[in-house]
Amino acid sequence: MDVNSVPQDDSSTYAKHKKAIYAADNEGNVGVVASSGWEVEEAATKQALHDLEDSAKEAYELVKSGEMSPLYFHMYDVRMDLQVLSESTGFFKWTIKKDFDVAKFAKIKAKRLAVYAEAMGKTEEELKVLPKGLYE
Amino acid sequence: MNNFKHTHSAHCESGVMSSMLSHHGLKLSEPMVFGLSSAMTFAYLPFLKLGGLPLIAYRNMPKSIIKNIRKNLKIKMQLETFSKAEKGQERLDELLSEGKIVGAQTSVYWLEYFPEEMRFHFNAHNLIIYAKNEDGIYEISDPVFETPQVCSQKSLSKARFVKGVMAPKGLLYYPTDVPKDINLKPIIAKNIKKTAKRMLKTPVPIEGIRAIKYLAKHIRGLAKKDKRYAKLFLGNIVRMQEEIGTGGAGFRYIYAAFLKEASELFESNQTLDEASKMMLAVGDEWRDFALAIAKSIKPKKEIDFDGLSDKLLTIAEHEADVYRKMLEFKS
Repeated sequence: MDVNSVPQDDSSTYAKHKKAIYAADNEGNVGVVASSGWEVEEAATKQALHDLEDSAKEAYELVKSGEMSPLYFHMYDVRMDLQVLSESTGFFKWTIKKDFDVAKFAKIKAKRLAVYAEAMGKTEEELKVLPKGLYE
Repeated sequence: MNNFKHTHSAHCESGVMSSMLSHHGLKLSEPMVFGLSSAMTFAYLPFLKLGGLPLIAYRNMPKSIIKNIRKNLKIKMQLETFSKAEKGQERLDELLSEGKIVGAQTSVYWLEYFPEEMRFHFNAHNLIIYAKNEDGIYEISDPVFETPQVCSQKSLSKARFVKGVMAPKGLLYYPTDVPKDINLKPIIAKNIKKTAKRMLKTPVPIEGIRAIKYLAKHIRGLAKKDKRYAKLFLGNIVRMQEEIGTGGAGFRYIYAAFLKEASELFESNQTLDEASKMMLAVGDEWRDFALAIAKSIKPKKEIDFDGLSDKLLTIAEHEADVYRKMLEFKS
């Protein structure tokens, strides 16, 4: 890339930060130019962020209506999915799925809840409830 | 104080190694680190899924830059991992109190100074911790940020001891003996050959030029698949290419910078100079490819799978030309 064609699209996904990109000047010397964003990358990042947001929103409604335990929402709230949560806790996926059951989660052992809390960076108390007033 | 100087880099691992070695008196640019560690590659692993989508990598495995630089330049480096977070924290403080600058592997998600928009669960990020101030806050040189950052102990510790794929296990690393005068020429020549050969002559179709063609074949096959999946698959290519780390084009540009620097070291070597220009052009083609995908996955658009596949095959050919050019180089 040429130093003058380094995109400066002020992408919202860069949150005012800049990325270093190597580009060539007239003499063919290649050095770092700070880029404020590129709309193509921004679109791809937004697609991923929207996916995460939609999952969290969907989970929120399912927990609110009593179909799923609060754990289900908190998983998506920290941008995880079943795979990542399983890897971060060391729990098998099928055992995590059981904890999505409202009745079973209500009786969860303190030790197991502590592992979730550690992996998700939330307190045990936070994990037990659905935060009020989100997505309204 | 250790008078550490932060540098803005394109990629975390090569940026960390460049800053770290420069701090210890061995001035190596980021592209030079990238080239000397043979970090350039292409890998397509359709059977290794992240979020249901295949892994595509545009550079070598995490930690390979650290390890290859150590090996190729015969630098003595200490790498330490910890089974307990407390131990890892204490060790970091101890090293900092000795005035050392310390490299660390972390998750991206748990670093509080990352803006929301960039926080994904990726565990192979690299940064340098160069001081701890009176308030117990760590001063951090994160190579992908323009300026130095600060981070609380809680956040840094969480990021260092996250579990899961590529778990950092609190990894800390720092050089113990850095030679000041290294004759880079033979190491450059060797790694240029190594990279070129690896990309051209891979025994399996999941790495090198063959892997680019393999991915092109799968893109063609998407026409018969569910359209939603096809869009996610294509979107994933762009994300892997542009957002995770530096991006496919980004690494081609770094490598072009390395070839240019190498050509100058070899008394303005024409072959390397040409290879650098060709690699820059290939980087541009990768960006055009990302652009073409971004356009085609917009709602209500018919996707031209054959067109995208052909575009990728052309890139494969042109990138192969660069590696063939590199093989012509005689030191």
